[in-house]
Amino acid sequence: MGAEGMELGFKGVLKELLAYKSGALGVVILVFLVALSIYTVVAIPYDKAIKLWRGEEEVWIENPRNAQPIWVKYWEYLRGRNLPETIKRDTSDSKQYGVYKSLRAIPGTNLKRLYIEFSFKYEYDDFPSEINIFFSSKFNESAPILRIAWEKPGGNKIELLDFIPRDKYDRLYLSIEHDVLKVLRSYVEEKLYALGKNPEVPLSVEKALFAVEDESMSSSLTVKPLKGTYKLIIEGLLFGKDSDVDARLIIYGKVYGMCGTDHLRRDLTIAMLWGLPIALSFGLIASLTITFLQLIIATISGYYGGWIDALIQRLTELYMILPFLPFLIMIAAFYKLDIWVILAAIIILNIFGGGIKSTRALVMQIKEYPYIEAARAYGASSKRIVLLYIIPKILPPVIPGLIGAVPGYVFLEAALSLLGLGDPFLPTWGKVINDSYRWGALYKGYYYWVLQPSFMLILTAFAFAFIGFALDKIVNPKLREI
Amino acid sequence: MSEGEMILTVEDLRKFFELRKGLFSKPVYVKAVDGVTFTLKKGESISLVGESGSGKTTLGKTILRLYEPTKGKIIFKDKDVTHLSSESLMWYRRETSLIQQDPYGALPSFLPIRRIIEEPLIIHKIGDKSERLKRVYDALSAVRLTPVEDFASKYPHMLSGGQLQRVAIARALVLEPELVIADEPVSMLDASVRIETLTLLRNLQETRKISFIYITHDLATTKYFSERLFIMYAGKILESGNIRDVIMKPLHPYTQALIKAIPDPDPENRKVLRDVPPGEPPNLIHPPSGCRFHPRCPYVMDICRVEEPPIVEREKEGFVACWLHAKH
Repeated sequence: MGAEGMELGFKGVLKELLAYKSGALGVVILVFLVALSIYTVVAIPYDKAIKLWRGEEEVWIENPRNAQPIWVKYWEYLRGRNLPETIKRDTSDSKQYGVYKSLRAIPGTNLKRLYIEFSFKYEYDDFPSEINIFFSSKFNESAPILRIAWEKPGGNKIELLDFIPRDKYDRLYLSIEHDVLKVLRSYVEEKLYALGKNPEVPLSVEKALFAVEDESMSSSLTVKPLKGTYKLIIEGLLFGKDSDVDARLIIYGKVYGMCGTDHLRRDLTIAMLWGLPIALSFGLIASLTITFLQLIIATISGYYGGWIDALIQRLTELYMILPFLPFLIMIAAFYKLDIWVILAAIIILNIFGGGIKSTRALVMQIKEYPYIEAARAYGASSKRIVLLYIIPKILPPVIPGLIGAVPGYVFLEAALSLLGLGDPFLPTWGKVINDSYRWGALYKGYYYWVLQPSFMLILTAFAFAFIGFALDKIVNPKLREI
Repeated sequence: MSEGEMILTVEDLRKFFELRKGLFSKPVYVKAVDGVTFTLKKGESISLVGESGSGKTTLGKTILRLYEPTKGKIIFKDKDVTHLSSESLMWYRRETSLIQQDPYGALPSFLPIRRIIEEPLIIHKIGDKSERLKRVYDALSAVRLTPVEDFASKYPHMLSGGQLQRVAIARALVLEPELVIADEPVSMLDASVRIETLTLLRNLQETRKISFIYITHDLATTKYFSERLFIMYAGKILESGNIRDVIMKPLHPYTQALIKAIPDPDPENRKVLRDVPPGEPPNLIHPPSGCRFHPRCPYVMDICRVEEPPIVEREKEGFVACWLHAKH
């Protein structure tokens, strides 16, 4: 009757589990996932993860938007395409290569002359995604006047714009700066006219700055990046003795980190990693609690019979016809729920689930066993019979179901997040899929955004499903193939 | 055998099972035990014999209050236990015990033998841990499962049927009960261990002065066991008496048929035709009128069909319920 499972003990079960290919595979995956979640919780503490995930632009400003994972770069490299990584140049870091800064007072005046030159080698086969310059300035009376210029590998110099920082910290989004765009348009047009071509599809700021200057410049579709050493030159006039300006140039790439970034420049690694302990604990807690509560309720129902049984059974039938998901959606829509409240709601909505029916049938069978009658004859109380004599007997056949149900609850949490009803603060896989869906990931070709959380979900489901199948064979030997 | 105090008195005990209760139909009852009266002395052993469906198992379980009696009285050691609640029944549970037919189902498969035997002690809060362990070991050695330490740590599936039944006996006796009801304790065992198990039970019964009710369908094994014999049929006792008297001089036609049906190992008799009573045990929902055995009785008279037979005292002790022996 499957009681062997109990007698084997934990070690025995594990040994039997590893004897099955599916069991061994499931255990290996699960051990990996558990190890990874322990690493996650230790390496990125909960508070930090929440802060990072909720931090939005400020925390992540130096990351590219919607960058693909770094492994895409290696894949593309094999195909002969070198995707750009993010390049940073900072004057406050004096040891950095490619940074030159000089600040000299003009004798006899209150003025200072600033000269900053950033230089970098660009050897990639694609354009950067964005270019920003961040200024941190010190000034008393009036703000410094800065003139920003761009020098291409051939020596062609483009005066981009004059910029006056409005505050101590200010930033210049070159990619969306209207003046810069105008300057570059006329620059490109000039070059094209010289070649006897007309502009067709206008270039964006990044493309114009990095374009090979030939006929391909005429369209944004044909333009190619020029390889070589680029320079960004900032010349400035500063007012006041203590005045100073530091600048930081960031040429955003198209790949970032293990998992890429989302529309808010957030590193998806955090969500991929933190989604794991959340999914595991959510699925396990839901499955364990629901299974054991159902087990106890079903045993009470089956053992005591009478009106208790009738009440529990009618309640179960009522629960079984209730539309579970719409209920949950309603609850989640009316109340701002965090994940533990969702968990509690799922448990409450599942207490009188269908599992009660099958377990009750098992209990009805077991309560007629002679050993139960013997226990009554030597005076065992009903409570003792239920807890000590019936539940241990029905536990082994229930365990595979428990393990097998875990992915269901993991998926449920993801589904709720996908519907926008999940915990708004936690970085979960479902939330990432929700973001990717909302921001048109598949339409825009950001496959990694959808596929990575999906892969993690499937991997988790596989681990539990494989172990569940193998356990089923162990505790129900009739299922073993001959 | 008039000396010795009474330990158990059963008076007109009835147990009816309600079969089904439709919304508008009257409830229907299965009359499994229908008016049984007997007494049991301290240290005495009796046998209850009948075919399947005769109500002997129900009688045993009703006496142990595993079933709620429908009618009648059970008096144990001068106390009426017929309708006591399960809380006030604990002392009765401690002094009575049940040995079941199926040794494979009688023990919880997920507990070690030590714990199985310890359970009754734990429930009745007897001794501390070491004291209980000592009693478990004593019980195991009393049923000759030695070395006791080895057996104590085993699980039921590691033992044979005979060994399991001895564990069940050890569990039944660990509380040192005064009344033990053994319900077909050897009928599921291999023939080779039946006599051994019965002898063991008999020895334990005699040395511990346990009052014993041995329930069986096998008349041949009763002589290992008991002083008195009760023949049950369709919820009633048809004949009772000293075991030698009943076997040597059966008065009721049913008893006669049962004795004839005992397999005879003598090759001389191999061609003797055994006339077993024809037909099946009666329907207990609507038992036959008059004498319940009349449809199968070879000596059936008109009165048997109409009126219940009188109780006729046997010469020494016991009685027979049959019109054939009625003193007109």
